[in-house]
Amino acid sequence: MKRLFLILMLLASPLTAVQPDEILDDPVLESRARELSKGLRCLVCRNESIDESNASLARDLRILLRDRLVAGDTDEEAVGFIVSRYGEYVLLNPPIGGANWILWGAGPFMLLLAGGLGAVYLRGRSRAAAPQDAGLSDDEAARLREILNK
Amino acid sequence: MITELGHFALLLAFGVALIQMVVPMVGAAKGWPGWMAVAEPAAGIQLVLVGAAFGALMWAFITSDFSLAVVVSNSHSMKPMLYKISGTWGNHEGSMLLWVFIVALFGAMAAWFGGQLPASLRARVLSVQAAIAVAFLAFILLTSNPFARLAVPPFDGQDLNPLLQDPGLAFHPPFLYLGYVGLSMAFSFAVAALIEGRVDAAWGRWVRPWTLAAWIFLTIGIALGSWWAYYELGWGGFWFWDPVENASFMPWLLAAALLHSAIVVEKRESLKSWTILLAILAFGFSLIGTFIVRSGLLTSVHAFANDPERGVFILLIMAVFMGGALVLFALRAGALEAKGVFSIASRESALVLNNLLLAVACFVVFVGTMWPLLAEMFFDRKLSVGPPFFNAAFTPFMIALGIVLPVGSALPWKRANLARALWPLRYAFALSLAIGGLVWAMQTGRSLIGPVGMFLAAWILMGTVVDLMQRTGRGPNRLRRLVRLPRADWGKATAHSGLGVTMMGIAGLTAWTVEDIQVAQIDVPFEVAGYEMTLRSVTQGNGPNYVVTTGEIDVSKEGKFIATLAPEKRFYPVAQMPTTEAAIHQNLARDLYLVIGDEQTNGGWAIRTYIKVMTNWIWIGCGLMSLGGLLSLSDRRFRVAGGARKPRQQPVPAE
Repeated sequence: MKRLFLILMLLASPLTAVQPDEILDDPVLESRARELSKGLRCLVCRNESIDESNASLARDLRILLRDRLVAGDTDEEAVGFIVSRYGEYVLLNPPIGGANWILWGAGPFMLLLAGGLGAVYLRGRSRAAAPQDAGLSDDEAARLREILNK
Repeated sequence: MITELGHFALLLAFGVALIQMVVPMVGAAKGWPGWMAVAEPAAGIQLVLVGAAFGALMWAFITSDFSLAVVVSNSHSMKPMLYKISGTWGNHEGSMLLWVFIVALFGAMAAWFGGQLPASLRARVLSVQAAIAVAFLAFILLTSNPFARLAVPPFDGQDLNPLLQDPGLAFHPPFLYLGYVGLSMAFSFAVAALIEGRVDAAWGRWVRPWTLAAWIFLTIGIALGSWWAYYELGWGGFWFWDPVENASFMPWLLAAALLHSAIVVEKRESLKSWTILLAILAFGFSLIGTFIVRSGLLTSVHAFANDPERGVFILLIMAVFMGGALVLFALRAGALEAKGVFSIASRESALVLNNLLLAVACFVVFVGTMWPLLAEMFFDRKLSVGPPFFNAAFTPFMIALGIVLPVGSALPWKRANLARALWPLRYAFALSLAIGGLVWAMQTGRSLIGPVGMFLAAWILMGTVVDLMQRTGRGPNRLRRLVRLPRADWGKATAHSGLGVTMMGIAGLTAWTVEDIQVAQIDVPFEVAGYEMTLRSVTQGNGPNYVVTTGEIDVSKEGKFIATLAPEKRFYPVAQMPTTEAAIHQNLARDLYLVIGDEQTNGGWAIRTYIKVMTNWIWIGCGLMSLGGLLSLSDRRFRVAGGARKPRQQPVPAE
């Protein structure tokens, strides 16, 4: 039983995301590394950043990123290095530019469009003449009396 | 035997739903009362039949009937009873059955409580509702039959995904489905009204309780899911902008918009065609959510049934319902003329702005969710859209919403004097600014989220109080008048303050979380942000269907003992999956959040500690929002107009 247990625990290993032995001694570099790794996707996971992921690939990427930072890369160079190896799929924050203009521009564009339509509608409403009250149909009047007399 | 009866009941339900779809619709078109009256009993029978099928499936899970394929792949004889029951909907087939059961449930509720509706409208509503049931029953029967038997049953099952074996998640899907499917009621009302060609204040009053109910359920469902993610996934986030989370969030945003625009229809007979469109779209986004979860098109932690054939089927359902409804809308919307006249500064305009912000925010989430797919299809680029995008693109809308909310709810209907309406809010605004400034001064070198969030929370909360006080008027007996305000007013105040409270929690958590990762040696204390932690022991043991490693950590602050926390990591041998169970010490100011990791090669254990500031307010706020919805739902005007049945005329006794 004990042996089975140990085997199971081995299978169960990597559990936590960032592990203590990965952490850099320099706190400034480390906090830069943490910040950058929140924006990089773990490629084998489903929608997790390498900062959160338990997968061994994520661990490799975290170590790679820290190696680059220790070697003196700027943030852009370190991320660029990883993108050049793994493609832009690793970027959780799609960069503005190219086709991604559609993504980033969609919200502001829609806001302007909807704002314009809304303004036209409101102007129309504020200038419209009050329509003649059609009044209640006989059925509705009867129903209204019934409710009021409850 | 029970399984076969369940399958048979499902087939019968399909037949009944077909009848309920066709006969009342024809009856309403021709004006035949007998045909229209078919809808009511049919809706009841359909509910009973689908309920019987669902019960049969649940029975198979409870008794661990491993001759059923779905039970084998999602259950295990050793699993605790609660999760055997919740396993019924913890898989694709069962959850679809739950979905249809709720469609039938809402249909039957509309049949039973819709006595006040005009007969033709009621017949059409029930017919559209039945059409939705027909589509999804066909989907279940043709592509995902939960009652499929195995020729050679195995001795035991493959267990439910361990992440799902949790009380928070046992009840997350039913609430979410009640919300998703509740929006089908708004959809049915919208389509029926378009066919009828008449949308008036009464329609607004009928459709609002259903939307409100759906929105309450969605709120609870989303809150449960996010609470679960917070304590189960082990890094203390509450929202990940995962495609499936977005799938539930988009209908929530549109339902919130619909709630507000239906008020304008009800009180002022304006915004009619927009409200109809919102009702259609809100359910459309529910369908998109179903599609995202079940097609496997977008990768997500939630996607549990990745089968292209099913995806195509749901896409077809979506195309028919959305396409049909939108074509109908295009044909008929012109006939819905607005009646109310109001000036630019008015409650109506404020609600238009509310709708604009919520709808565009929903659109942003939609584009971000679908963009990886679109970019791959049209630009041949494989890319990701993650939390950084959503945080940057979505948050501004919520900030804008928070700023205009107290102003909007202070404005009177029709025509407002902006200066006079805003004057009572002056102290609240100044005080909120001061709070935001104070927070900003106290924290140095951190993000703006903290101060902005605190400002918004204070502004919304105080604005709500001012609004309530304004409603009591002047003079004596204000307290009594306050208590006697309509429940809708109290509901509004509660739900709005809930939003403020949630914003406060999110801002606090995002801005001020402290994180620490340590190798802890037994009995050697370490310090995190003023708290002293000591790992006392690490033990290993067995749970009902897992093996577990438990750490015992004493926490104290300034020499005062606070608690012993026991974070666990579990391993489920049948599913071959590890999970973490964080130990959390909660209070209103902060959560102490501890996770135990691996034993290190040179001794000691990896321990992650988070101090998460104000986290619990996120869910308290969600609770307040739901409570506000309930208060509003219990308002007298809904009970009078939509609740009780029309009393039968009492015959006068003969002399």
